[in-house]
Amino acid sequence: MNTQRPETAAASAPANGWAIELEKINKRFGAVHANKDIDLKIARGTIHGIVGENGAGKSTLMSILYGFYTADSGTIRVNGAEANIADSRQALALGIGMVHQHFMLVDNFSVLENIVLGAEDSGFLKPSLNRARKELDRLEKEYGLEVDPDAIIEDISVGQQQRVEILKALYRGAETLILDEPTGVLTPKEADDLFRVLETLRAQGKTVILITHKLREIMAITDNVSVMRQGQMVATVKTSETSPEELAELMVGRRVLLRVDKTAANPGKTLLEVQNLVVADDMGVTRVKDVSFAIRAGEIVGIAGVSGNGQSELLESITGMRDQKSGTVVLNGKPLSLEGDDGAARARQAGLAHVPEDRQRMGLVTTFQEWENAILGYHDKPAYGSGAFLDIAAAKKAAADQVKLFDVRPANINLKSSLFSGGNQQKIVLAREMEQDPDVLVIGQPTRGVDIGAIEFIHNEIIKMRDEGKAILLVSVELDEIRSLADRILVMFDGVIVGEADPATATEGELGLMMAGINKTAPRTIGIAEQGPLP
Amino acid sequence: MDLAVILSVLDATIRLSTPLLLACLAGLYSERAGIFDIGLEGKMLAAAFAAGAVAAISGSAWLGLLAGMAVSLSTTLLQGAAAITLKGNQLIAGVAINMLAAGMTTFLGQTWFSQGGRTPALSEGGRFSPITLPFANELSGVPILGPIYSELISGHYILVYVAFIMVAVTAFVLYRTRFGLRLRAVGENPKAVDTAGISVVKQRYQAIIITGLLCGLAGAYFSIAQGSGFGNNMTAGKGYIALAALIFAKWKPVPAMFTCLLFGFLDALQIRLQNFELPVIGVVPVQAIQALPYVLTVVLLAGFIGKAVGPKAGGVPYTKER
Repeated sequence: MNTQRPETAAASAPANGWAIELEKINKRFGAVHANKDIDLKIARGTIHGIVGENGAGKSTLMSILYGFYTADSGTIRVNGAEANIADSRQALALGIGMVHQHFMLVDNFSVLENIVLGAEDSGFLKPSLNRARKELDRLEKEYGLEVDPDAIIEDISVGQQQRVEILKALYRGAETLILDEPTGVLTPKEADDLFRVLETLRAQGKTVILITHKLREIMAITDNVSVMRQGQMVATVKTSETSPEELAELMVGRRVLLRVDKTAANPGKTLLEVQNLVVADDMGVTRVKDVSFAIRAGEIVGIAGVSGNGQSELLESITGMRDQKSGTVVLNGKPLSLEGDDGAARARQAGLAHVPEDRQRMGLVTTFQEWENAILGYHDKPAYGSGAFLDIAAAKKAAADQVKLFDVRPANINLKSSLFSGGNQQKIVLAREMEQDPDVLVIGQPTRGVDIGAIEFIHNEIIKMRDEGKAILLVSVELDEIRSLADRILVMFDGVIVGEADPATATEGELGLMMAGINKTAPRTIGIAEQGPLP
Repeated sequence: MDLAVILSVLDATIRLSTPLLLACLAGLYSERAGIFDIGLEGKMLAAAFAAGAVAAISGSAWLGLLAGMAVSLSTTLLQGAAAITLKGNQLIAGVAINMLAAGMTTFLGQTWFSQGGRTPALSEGGRFSPITLPFANELSGVPILGPIYSELISGHYILVYVAFIMVAVTAFVLYRTRFGLRLRAVGENPKAVDTAGISVVKQRYQAIIITGLLCGLAGAYFSIAQGSGFGNNMTAGKGYIALAALIFAKWKPVPAMFTCLLFGFLDALQIRLQNFELPVIGVVPVQAIQALPYVLTVVLLAGFIGKAVGPKAGGVPYTKER
């Protein structure tokens, strides 16, 4: 914890003065000391990044600055003057606006209504709405933030919703804008647009605080960066004087390998073949449209795409959780029957393991103890008991082995699963599925909400499995993850596989275009199906 | 059927719809703010009793009305304290109010008036009398329109007119005012309201205060307008029907009015059909006919409503700290 570096960036007062100064901020939630003696100074007219693992205290700190929580102790100065920010209204009055990770918008309101909410001029809405419409027009032009004021929030894209959040803050006269993990939900193109907007904001003299765990974004756009670890501020440096490796080390507290270390794939025979799969969602809308592909032993195939383009339905269908309308799934040369309520069980028996996208909803029963989750889905196996009875000793033994192998912390198989961190929950699910020695592993969002340290571990386990000759289907919205793990990339857009790319040669720009449905590099028909069966 | 029969059924429809409509609008304010209110029934019953008792003692319908509103309001605040401030379960808070009201009204009624839980029959001034609108008598001779005006539109209790005026007022408040915007927002996404610098708790209390006042009007209607004095369980499940109407109307004021009119019409028809000899079947037992509105409520709700998506944050107490 004593890696406090000399604060090179914050040594002397900057030309434009400090927009925000935090001194000795403390905040506890029960036993958790979320912020410990935090000092932070943010120069006006800069983009200041704050990085840290989940639970490092970034969001708490920003919530204190925005008045959503109050600090237990400490001083906040805004523009040099001491400020007591008891609620969001006072933060807004001081010119501090926040774009939350989960947008604070009312879904069935129009853009205009959302912007006006809480900043109405009078009891009647009409004059407020009229003024907002004019003001919005000006802001949109000034910052290049176009959005239809009369559109209903739930009808517009996530990128547009984020613009509404930014406009909301600007409409309230924000001089300092806090953005919490703004790119997590955006396509690469939308993220680029956002960064252009942030640069415009900086050019206009606004201050931007960017919270993220993506080091690439920090390096690309920030002027200064602060690193938090376990509730403490461990360093504040000039971005130009640091590197992603150094930041990662500061975040985790030890050296981290950012690139996945893997050898070239050595594919064997085809293990999983998906042919002309058509799947509809709960509303009956066709989400997967005639998708075909094959995965061979010893390779990782990644499916890239903006979330909501049919990847979830594809995963759920292959793993027997969702009935398919037509098509076949062939596992190890044998067609797999996935229909009905026990489709998922039959898929597992046949050797197809599944790490679902949403581990808390589909991968775990969070109120169960760890050992109960460690055998969930495989509890009918003779190894865990016969007939109606569980062999609890055997199950606990298996759980203890899994915990050890996958370094789950705390290593307590009797602990309630909800009490583990996101990364450790994911390890519990991975351990369960991988330890059954499946032929095929289908894995969705392997590192969503997982810390850098655990990401490294999970990636290495996936590579290890590949090298053991398993076939792995990987779906992730993190393009970086797909690019570094996959041996082949399939890009999905609007339920169709629009192209295939080699991760070694494809650029992010090319993939981004394909993900947005603009396929300039290849015609739409390049999907595996048209290439004929694999050897 | 001739015009007179139709008019009398429609007249009854309006009379019977009124308490439903007031309760339904009451529920609308609360539920739009994110507080599910199954306690409409209890609040109406408490108000009906208070109105009946005070009107009987004081001999003034207006004092009775005030008492009904005051009791309903304080009951609502009790429920609100449990559901908003103490973040209790909203359903249980509502059910508790219903049980409390059912027990207390009978108990207090018996203790104070010794008439088996009923309040004494009201004298002339203790009860609201129908209002005759201007020119009602003069115009009654005009064919068709005359009777419609003089019998259907004119000649109701003041609370009837208040109820229907409240529909327009509610629609305006909900969609055209700052209060309405915040009210709708707090029921959909209280966090958005909180981050916009508005107190969720204050906004929710403001909403349920209106709920309490409207429930008071609805309850008083039973005992000092439609009826003459309070009788045991006099609201007879109308609070639940109002809740059903609210869901059927998808939490919107104007559809709520039409739904309440529909339920009121079924009730009026039921009264009309008693002792009415149907072809082939003959006279249907009174109990079966009386059950008709309730059966149809279930059928309508189950069959025709489609997917009713209420305010998204409904039923969830708002917690700020994690």
